[in-house]
Formats: sequence, C-alpha cells, structure tokens
Amino acid sequence: MATATRELTPEEAHAHPAPESIVVRFAGDSGDGMQLTGGQFTLSTALAGNDLATFPDFPAEIRAPQGTTFGVSAFQINFGSTAIETAGDQPDVLVAMNPAALKTNVDALKAGGLIIADEGEFTARNLAKAGYAEGGNPLTDGSLAKWQLFKLNISQLTLDAVKPFGLGNKEALRCKNMWTLGLALWMFDRDRAPLVDWLKTKFAKAPELAEANIAALNAGHAFGETAEIGGDVAGLQQHSVAPAPAEPGLYRTVTGAEAISLGLVAGSKLAGVDMFFGGYPITPASAILHHLSRLKEYGVTTFQAEDEIAAVASAIGASYAGKLGVTSSSGPGIALKGEAIGLAIMTELPLIVVNSQRGGPSTGLPTKTEQSDLYQAVYGRNGDAPMPVIAARSPADAFDCAIEACRIATQFMTPVMLLTDGYIANAAEPWKVPDMGGYAPFPVAFRTDAPAEGGKFLPYARDPKGARPWVKPGTPGLLHRIGGIEKKIDTGNIDYAPANHQAMTDARKDKVDGIAAYIPSQDVTLGEKGSKLVVIGWGSTFGPIHQAVRRARSKGLDVSHIHLRHIWPMPGNLGDLLRSYGRILVPEMNTGQLKTVLRDQYLVDARPLNKVSGQPFRIAEIEAAIESALA
Amino acid sequence: MNDMTPFVSKPKDWETDQEVRWCPGCGDYAVLKAVQRTMPELGVKPENTVFVSGIGCSSRFPYYMETYGFHTIHGRAPAVATGIKLANPDLDVWIITGDGDALSIGGNHTMHLLRRNLDCQILLFNNEIYGLTKGQYSPTSRVGTRSPSTPFGSVDRPANPCAFALGSGARFVARGIDVHKNLPTVLKAAHAHKGASFVEIFQNCIVYNDEVFAPFTEKAQAGAKQLWLENGKPMLFDGGAKGLTLDVNTLTLKVVDVTDGDWQAAAVIVHDETNRGIAHMLVEMPFGAYPVALGTIYNSPAPTFESAVVEQNAKASEGKAADLQTLIGKGQTWMVDKEPRAE
Repeated sequence: MATATRELTPEEAHAHPAPESIVVRFAGDSGDGMQLTGGQFTLSTALAGNDLATFPDFPAEIRAPQGTTFGVSAFQINFGSTAIETAGDQPDVLVAMNPAALKTNVDALKAGGLIIADEGEFTARNLAKAGYAEGGNPLTDGSLAKWQLFKLNISQLTLDAVKPFGLGNKEALRCKNMWTLGLALWMFDRDRAPLVDWLKTKFAKAPELAEANIAALNAGHAFGETAEIGGDVAGLQQHSVAPAPAEPGLYRTVTGAEAISLGLVAGSKLAGVDMFFGGYPITPASAILHHLSRLKEYGVTTFQAEDEIAAVASAIGASYAGKLGVTSSSGPGIALKGEAIGLAIMTELPLIVVNSQRGGPSTGLPTKTEQSDLYQAVYGRNGDAPMPVIAARSPADAFDCAIEACRIATQFMTPVMLLTDGYIANAAEPWKVPDMGGYAPFPVAFRTDAPAEGGKFLPYARDPKGARPWVKPGTPGLLHRIGGIEKKIDTGNIDYAPANHQAMTDARKDKVDGIAAYIPSQDVTLGEKGSKLVVIGWGSTFGPIHQAVRRARSKGLDVSHIHLRHIWPMPGNLGDLLRSYGRILVPEMNTGQLKTVLRDQYLVDARPLNKVSGQPFRIAEIEAAIESALA
Repeated sequence: MNDMTPFVSKPKDWETDQEVRWCPGCGDYAVLKAVQRTMPELGVKPENTVFVSGIGCSSRFPYYMETYGFHTIHGRAPAVATGIKLANPDLDVWIITGDGDALSIGGNHTMHLLRRNLDCQILLFNNEIYGLTKGQYSPTSRVGTRSPSTPFGSVDRPANPCAFALGSGARFVARGIDVHKNLPTVLKAAHAHKGASFVEIFQNCIVYNDEVFAPFTEKAQAGAKQLWLENGKPMLFDGGAKGLTLDVNTLTLKVVDVTDGDWQAAAVIVHDETNRGIAHMLVEMPFGAYPVALGTIYNSPAPTFESAVVEQNAKASEGKAADLQTLIGKGQTWMVDKEPRAE
C-alpha cells in the first residue's frame, strides 16, 4: 500500500519482522457471515490506525451445502504498525467456526499459531461432512499439536448471550459471528463503539436483532476479559498493535471496486463530461456497477444491459452522443465485448473497459484471482486493433489508474482497458483521501464550429496527438457518418482502397504508440538502475514483490523492483531500463504473459515466475526465486 | 432543440453525396426514397436526427442520409441506440435493420429495446433472406427455402417479426411495403408514436429472393390480399367486398363477404389500434386464407425508458450537492495528525 504509508527503510523492515504485524484468518461456513466479520474487523483495525491488507477468499456458490469443505468462506487480514502490502503469507491466528473451516485452513497456519475453534460445531455429523475419519476429532486427537488450540463452545455461548431477546434458534445462532468478532476485538484491544453504531444502523428496522447482535458482541468481548484463559493458551492474550506510521491526513478504507468507481467519477469530472456506465452483472466486477448506481448526482447514468455486448455497445453509443462511455466486466465478459471494442477503435471514440480479472479460461474460477487476461487486453481483438492498457497495483492505486484511463480515452479518442483483478476489487486497504485540487483537469473540447461556406467537415482529420475531433450529434453544420467499415482517411466515408487501409491502419497504430510520449517515464519502484537482478511486475502482485525485494535487499542482495502501470503502450524508457539489469524476473499469476510481451518488445531475456492457483503470491515464494536467480 | 417550430426542408436536403450502392432494382432504394420524402413532413432538423444501423444490405442506409449516422456491428444497433438516447434524449433516433440483424444475431437486443420502450423508430427491412452474405436462408425464410446453406430446403419454422415485437412488449407495431405509396404514412405514424415504434417493411431482394412477397404485392393481387388498417375504420379489403369479423365462440378472426358496402350487417370489426388482443390476431393471420394486415396494427403509448431514467436520475440527485472531495472522503474515516514515530 504504497499510497497510504511512507515506505520503511530496510533496517526498519528487518528490525521488527514479526511482532508488529499479525495475520488473522476468519473461516467458517458460507452462511456464517465471515466476510461481514472480516469487513467489520478491518474497519475497527483501520480506525485503530494500523496499516492493513485483506484477502476475502470465498466460494463461487452462494450457499454451498452447509458444513462442506467447498462451502468454506474465509477472510484474512494482515495488520500492523509497519507498512503492510500483502494479506500475509501465514496466519498467526485462525478462527475456525466448523470442522470444514479448520480442515481447509489449518495447514497454512504458522507453526505455533493460535486456533480458536467453535467446539459446539464439531459434532459427528459435521466432522463427517468435512471428511474427517469416523470417530476422529482433531480437537481431541492431538493432531493439532504443533499449534495452540483454544476450543470453546461459541454456539452455546452465543445462544446464552442472546437468550433475553427471544430469537428462534436459527436466528440466535446467526449472532455467532458477532460473538467471535467481540472476542477478536478484545484480543487486539479494539474499540467496540463503531461496531455498535453500525449494528444499530444495519438493523434499524429490527431493533431486537440489533440488540441481540450487540449483546453477542459484548459477550464475546467480556469472555476475553474475564475468562481465565491466558495461562493455558499463551496466544490468547491481549495484543496491542501500535498504529502504523502514516503521513498526516484524512484516511478511509477503500476496496478496489470503490476506488475504481470514485476514480471514474473523478476522471469524468476532470474531463468535464458526464459518465455513462453500461454493465452486466459478473463476478467479481459487479461491485463497480453497484457503486456507480448510487452516484446519480455526479452526472452518472448507469444502465444494466441485457448482456455484455449490449453493455459495451450502449457505452459506445453514449460516447458517440457526447458522454464518457464506460463498461466493466471480467474475462469472459470482456471476450464477448471484443467485437464492439474493435468498433470503438475503428470509430475512434472514447471508451473505458474495466476488466476485473478472475481465474480462467472459460468460466474458470469466478471468485479467485488471476492476471491471465493480459494477452486478451493487449492483443485480443480481430484485425490490427491497438488500444491502451493500464493496470492497477492495489485498491488505492485503482483510483489514480481510473483517472488516467479517463485522461487517455478522452485526449486520444480511444478505448482504454483498465485491468484489475478479483483480489484488488474485493480487498480493502487504508487510503489517504487525496486532495482533488492536486489533479490537473483535462477538459474535453467538443468540436462545434462548422466549416466555412464551401468548406467540408472532416471527421477523421487529426490533431498533433493523432486524435480525431469529438462531435456531439445535435451540432449543426457538422453532420457526418461513422461506422465499423474502413473509412477514408479524412472524410470517414467508406473506402476499401488498399493504400487507404494501409494509411488508416498506420494512423491507428501511430496514435496509440504515440501515447508513450504523454505518460510518465518508468521509475524504479525500489532499488536502482543497473542492479544484478530486477523483478518486474504489474497489477496486484505489487505487495508480495515489493516485500520480497525489500527483504532480499536487507540481506544485501543486489535486486530492484519495477512495477508497470502502463502495459500498453509501455513507457518510452522501459527498454533502456530493462537492458541495464543483469537478469530479469517476471512474477505473474498466469503462465508468463508480460514476460512474452517484454521479450517481444525489447528482445530481453525475461524469465518467468508463475502461479495460477487462484491465490496471491506469498512473499516467501518470490523471495526464494530472487535468491535462486542470484545464486 | 426545444424550438417547436417545424423545420422546413426538402427531400433533397436529406440526401448525402455518397453513391448509393445497392443492387439495381433492390427494394432498399424505394425505402430510402420514402424516408427522404417523409423527413420534411416531420418538421425535424437533420442535425437532431441519428440513423443507427447494424450489418446487412439495409444497414448501409445511414451513409445515404444527410443526418448524423452510425453504422455499427451485426445485431447491436438497438444497444448502441440505447446508449445514444440515454446520453441525449433530445435526439431523434432511427434504427435501420434487417431480418437477420434484428431477429437472428441481434434478437436479444431487439427484444429488450422493445420491452424497455426506448423512444425510437425501428425499420426492419424483411426480405426473408441473407443478402449481404450471398443468399443463405434467414430466420424469417419460409420452410423449404433453398439456399446455399440449405440446398435441400430449410426445415426450421420462421419467426414472425410483428408477433415477436408484440410478444416483446412493443407499444407500436406497423407494416409497410417497400414500393407502396402508403409507406410514408406508416413512417409518419411511427414517428408520431413516442416510444419504440416497430415497423416491418416487406422488402424485395431482387437477387436472392425475388418476388417472395409477390402473392400480395403484385398489383393484380394487391386489393384482394392487402388489408390496410386505419384506426376507427372497418377492417375492409378487396375494394370493400370483404372484411374481417371476430368469431366470439372461437376467438378468431374470420373473413366475411360484404354486400353493398353494408359492413355493419356483415359484423366487420372496426380497427381499434389500442387493442392488443386483436393486434396479435392480425399479425398471426396465415397468408392465403387471410389477407396481410398492413399499416398501423397496434399503437398504445406507454412511458418511455429514457424519460424514466432521466426522471429517476433527477429525483435521486435532488437536493444533493455533488462535491467530489466530499464523495471521496465519505464513510468511516480517521485523521492522522502526525507521524507517530517522528517523536
């Protein structure tokens, strides 16, 4: 989270590795409310001034069969008093609400870490559903010996706590997550007040539910305070994690989906045009549609189209009519939009296409993260169809990336692909609310002046940047027709002549290539030019790469980190920069897509480090690859 | 754009300098002329008019209209038009499409545009064939149509465009014939209807499906086989010698003879263009035993999509300040006053 906190010196990072950050993983059945628990714990952690990163890890099924391992939903948070850039390699604390949650998550727990298990749920039936052998119970058979185990009957304790409110058994048990949250808040010395306020607002229409949940929260907290447990279980004690160093200012937590939505609104305001968003629900991109649908007063029109194609086509229609057309999806939906994106390239209209990447191919892993749509973004259309591609590195970075996408789309009359992924879209991090006064506006100038008598309006005449004029239908004197058929280089009328197609193909390519002159030069994120090894990445691998490079440097290794925002066109100095390094390592959550593009563009010996398990990289994995490359 | 004075223009003002490139004798020429003749009668301005098309022979249409125009991609004209109209509801939007474009590759968009009731005119040129791709059968081709892709005759049953439109919730459905003098009247009615106006135009493809509509378009057959509907007028054809009546026992339309012009005696029904049930029957009449229903078949306006969107956006924005700095700083926030380790 480079935007939120100052960067630590290598000494600081090395001096206090463990105690200043703690990784907690809440795991339970999809119906147990783990995402909600995690989200509220995140908020209280942010309010306590810790830096943090989260990783919501949930199944594709809305309600998978209860108690099964594939129905387990987990939420991991890494927080601390140092700069936090990943959700953490290994949890220190695992909260397991049932046997399946324990079974699927315990192996990742740090040796000596703490397990808090709801023993009330460890019934023979639930143990069998989770796939434990008949008669076997991990809570009693000693198989968890390398961890600290704290078992308690959360279900019963919750039922006792909410008894006065007369809820049915099912409804009463729903408060389990609040009881657990109460205990977690006690463990990390968090303030309960914001949670109590939140519950009152959430259940404003059902005060008895609010009261029951608050009672459960308080009971969990009181349990930690009063139960004599510290002696038996060393891990279960109160921790106080100091606030992280942060630049002074106003902070909030933000998810990638929120940051993109806000960035798009900000970008359209900086361009001086209203936004039209055409979308079709798809995991994990829908959250952007939801956020924007509530922002009508910012000149945002949202349209839930009948399919992905209509979503992008309506956005193109809106751009044609003078709004900034935006559409958003995930890989499979982007594939459907491909032909229409080609139309936007051909008609040279502004358009922003957000791709929240997920595991592929086909339907793939809808709720898991991957970066495997880079080829699709850069190359995935028929014909020579170049378009700029930008990739966000973190939830907070997505705000600036969305603004950059708006700038390029409107200044160069081109569609722009903005890449994020499921991890960025769902994860939250603290964000220092930027001062909008610090962003330079890039106002759009619609063409309104009709040519003089006898003159002819040329809709494909270009400005020095290669951009054609943007004319709103309704403007007198500038009537013209556009379309997907190859057009004459100036008038835009249909023209199949060989030389004309060559010239138009060149013009489209030159325009997009030329954008390289209008984007910042590539910087070295950590380290310097010319070291023995450079680790170059893009997108959400920023955190683990950055931490791994920092750790390696603190051990004295000669390694640097470069992180790309502009995937296409690439910054003009990137070739020179890459050639200055002895070796190039490219970690990616795909089978080597950026690696291929770098080799093609610069003829450099870029080596891949790939992971496609649906889970983000661990710092240690990249660290090991760095050590091996320099061995 | 709110100037209500009718704009004065001539058909010529709606022609571009582009050479029209349809096959000689194509019905599209007649439709183009009819549209260019109709535009001056509507009193609208070329700059406020947008023609949007998909892909197919008819979809070249926008290049020939001196208006704003967008030749999009196959089947997607309704979706592009939806974006245009939502972005600027003041524009007068016409969609030019064909049987393949609107009912095959773009059937989904046509359906949703109609159910949403976006204010626009949809002119569906139905020639029951794929012309641009050289003669394959289309979703409206009759069973047994021999084509390059169906050398032994097509076996799938055709779609009925007007029945599709009504089923999708269209509030205005009409039919015309490419070369018929009544086409401008149909177009004017379509334009006058606020909402999605669906017009099926029987259009002759002289190369791949010539004379497929001749059984009712030929001059000799026209009177007996064409039923031109007029709101409030009895459903008469064949020079008034025949009419349609409603058999109340079977709830079907029946052809009856009218003697001495006494249509009331023959119980011929009067066309009520707001009657959805009768509209369904009119578009479903099997040709042969019945004439072809033409003109405005159904016209019963309802609130339009874009006006509902505009209204909701305005209502949701009411009294809310749109300050960007406030927006990005919303939610649960906290202040960091100084750097903790600085001390």
